[in-house]
Amino acid sequence: MNNRPEHFVDTAPWDPHTTEALTPEQERYYLATQWQLMWWKLKRHKLAVASGVVLLLLYASVLISEFLAPYNLHSRNIRHIHAPPQTVHFFHDGAFVGPFVYGYSRSLDLTQLRRVYVEDPEKIYPLRFLCRGDSYRFWGLFEADLHLVCPADRDGATLFLLGTDRLGRDVLSRIIYGARISLTVGLFGIAISFALGIVIGGLAGYYGGWVDSISQRIIEIVRSFPELPLWMALSAALPVTWSPVLVFFGITIILGLLDWTGLARAVRSKLLALREEDFCTAAQLMGARPGRIIGRHLLPGFASHLIASATLSIPGMILGETALSYLGLGLRPPVTSWGVLLAEAQNMNVVTLYPWLMLPVVPVVVTVLAFNFLGDGLRDAADPYK
Amino acid sequence: MLAYIVRRLFIAVPTLVVVSAIIFVIIQLPPGDYLTTHIAELQSQGEAADSGKIEFLRKQYGLDQPLWKQYGFWVLGMLQGDFGYSFEYDLPVSDVVGDRLWLSLLLNFSTVIFIWVMAFPIGFYSATHQYSWGDHGLTFLGFLGLATPNFLLALVLMYVLQVEFGISIGGLMDPQYAEQPMSWAKAVSIAEHLIVPVTVIGTAGTAGMIRRLRANLLDELQKQYVVTGRAKGLPNLRLLLKYPVRMSLNPFIADIGNMLPQIVSGSAVVSMVMSLPTTGPMLIDALRSQDMYLAGSFLMFLSLLTVIGMLLSDLALALLDPRIRLGGRAQR
Repeated sequence: MNNRPEHFVDTAPWDPHTTEALTPEQERYYLATQWQLMWWKLKRHKLAVASGVVLLLLYASVLISEFLAPYNLHSRNIRHIHAPPQTVHFFHDGAFVGPFVYGYSRSLDLTQLRRVYVEDPEKIYPLRFLCRGDSYRFWGLFEADLHLVCPADRDGATLFLLGTDRLGRDVLSRIIYGARISLTVGLFGIAISFALGIVIGGLAGYYGGWVDSISQRIIEIVRSFPELPLWMALSAALPVTWSPVLVFFGITIILGLLDWTGLARAVRSKLLALREEDFCTAAQLMGARPGRIIGRHLLPGFASHLIASATLSIPGMILGETALSYLGLGLRPPVTSWGVLLAEAQNMNVVTLYPWLMLPVVPVVVTVLAFNFLGDGLRDAADPYK
Repeated sequence: MLAYIVRRLFIAVPTLVVVSAIIFVIIQLPPGDYLTTHIAELQSQGEAADSGKIEFLRKQYGLDQPLWKQYGFWVLGMLQGDFGYSFEYDLPVSDVVGDRLWLSLLLNFSTVIFIWVMAFPIGFYSATHQYSWGDHGLTFLGFLGLATPNFLLALVLMYVLQVEFGISIGGLMDPQYAEQPMSWAKAVSIAEHLIVPVTVIGTAGTAGMIRRLRANLLDELQKQYVVTGRAKGLPNLRLLLKYPVRMSLNPFIADIGNMLPQIVSGSAVVSMVMSLPTTGPMLIDALRSQDMYLAGSFLMFLSLLTVIGMLLSDLALALLDPRIRLGGRAQR
């Protein structure tokens, strides 16, 4: 007699995952790569994303400065020297006209010996969009004269949305062109400091011992210099005969030369911890050379941190270049950066009489803030498993 | 403790030696020396340079010696209080510099005090009222302070004070005191003139300090001992001041060391904009005219200031925190 039920075996294939089923979201999360996780985490940081977009737009503008600027970098309007900004109006005498600016009527104030500009409601200059204006060589390749916005097609019509400087050049156009230099100085500088920081910090962290102590001493010495006076001394040492382009590269190298220490320290401390890990020993046993171990196995482990800290040190360089150029030790005209533009605002008289010459500080502040916010977001996102 | 001080001093001295060598190299970098610049200037004015005199000067200043010898003279001289000779002013450097060093020291020291006084209450408030409107507002202000170039801030503040309040703030004291010996009225005048430069130089540092204090205090506030304190009914303010605030005070001391180079840099630029009689404006002139010993002494002085400041902050930190006496290194 056999009361026991027959031993039953299900013939259908068994899927072990059914016991703890993953919802599609969980699956997506568990299978995501580190970079995907970081991206998701960064996306939640609204301010960082917004800053990233602002920076992208700024850097994109660098590619088409000629098109965006109403005037060329050096075009002068000698009838309008130190003219105040013109505001864009839409209505004239209560009637809709579309975007236009009023022309100036100019008079000389003989007691203060200065030109006085007043809006003249008789002169209505409607703006033109996607129009022909100053001609330029786009990227130095071909002639073009298309601009996003130009002054009215009339004699004496002007469009100085941010006023003009002491040579009658449009401040807005110069700010747009200045972005080219100011924004790239930081990138070149960071490239140099990145290279130095990774090589020196990498060697110190990987080999330890005397290599480490020497590099630590060097870092300590470099850090104990007050940055700006040293930058000043170094850029005063740049030969006067150098062309503006050479000076530009000289300045970026100088900016990068003092900045690598923070990065080197970060790389070193991470490497000191990582080189004790098993996967590093395994790579050593398999005969990988130090360069390959550092570059292929160790660095990717904290590349995200490096990117975050690099983002946070770009603003320092932009501010450094601005200060140097302001003092007349950095870039020199005809190279135009925001610092060179600000150098026009050297004293109280300018602030009192022509306050719009200080406007180039706005893009500087915006850029620096954006880099700081983006860097903060990146730093939080750098370790997505936390 | 003694061992720690000795070790720290052993690091500081070689640092200064290397720093002096680097500075010497940098001031030698521009092609030619002051005399060649001087000769070129004379010739452009149509005057013939007296070759006998030039030769004499070259010998006198040791410009014909090899570089390492010049460096040796310079360093040895500095140790004996002889900072070399300023070509531009035709005076010994120590005479040219005069009070400027002390005023620089005063300016930088006041800035450090300003940073402490400002950062502590703000950081404390931000951490205890995390994510409140006050916290967000102060954080934003701090970021703005970080992002504005301080020379422009100086210019705008000067303008506002002069136009809106009628206070003139160029220089470090009212002109009538410049030649007078130190008196109470003069000290007051200096203090008044210090307000704007100290605020301007201190903003960036204050912003950084606030952020760090806030982060540290927030970390501490989540710890168990705070919960225990609350649970047994300690008054809130007393609990905060007694335990977590003490723990998070380390950066106050430690960061001053890191921040000093930044403060010294800032004060150099701001002094130039506001024409303060500190080392900044003279340094830039000296750099432009290749007055090498003058420029070198200024750079050396500024670096000395930072190295000693860092040393002091490390020692104070060791005094404050027994973990550092044992471990030998400040936590960053």
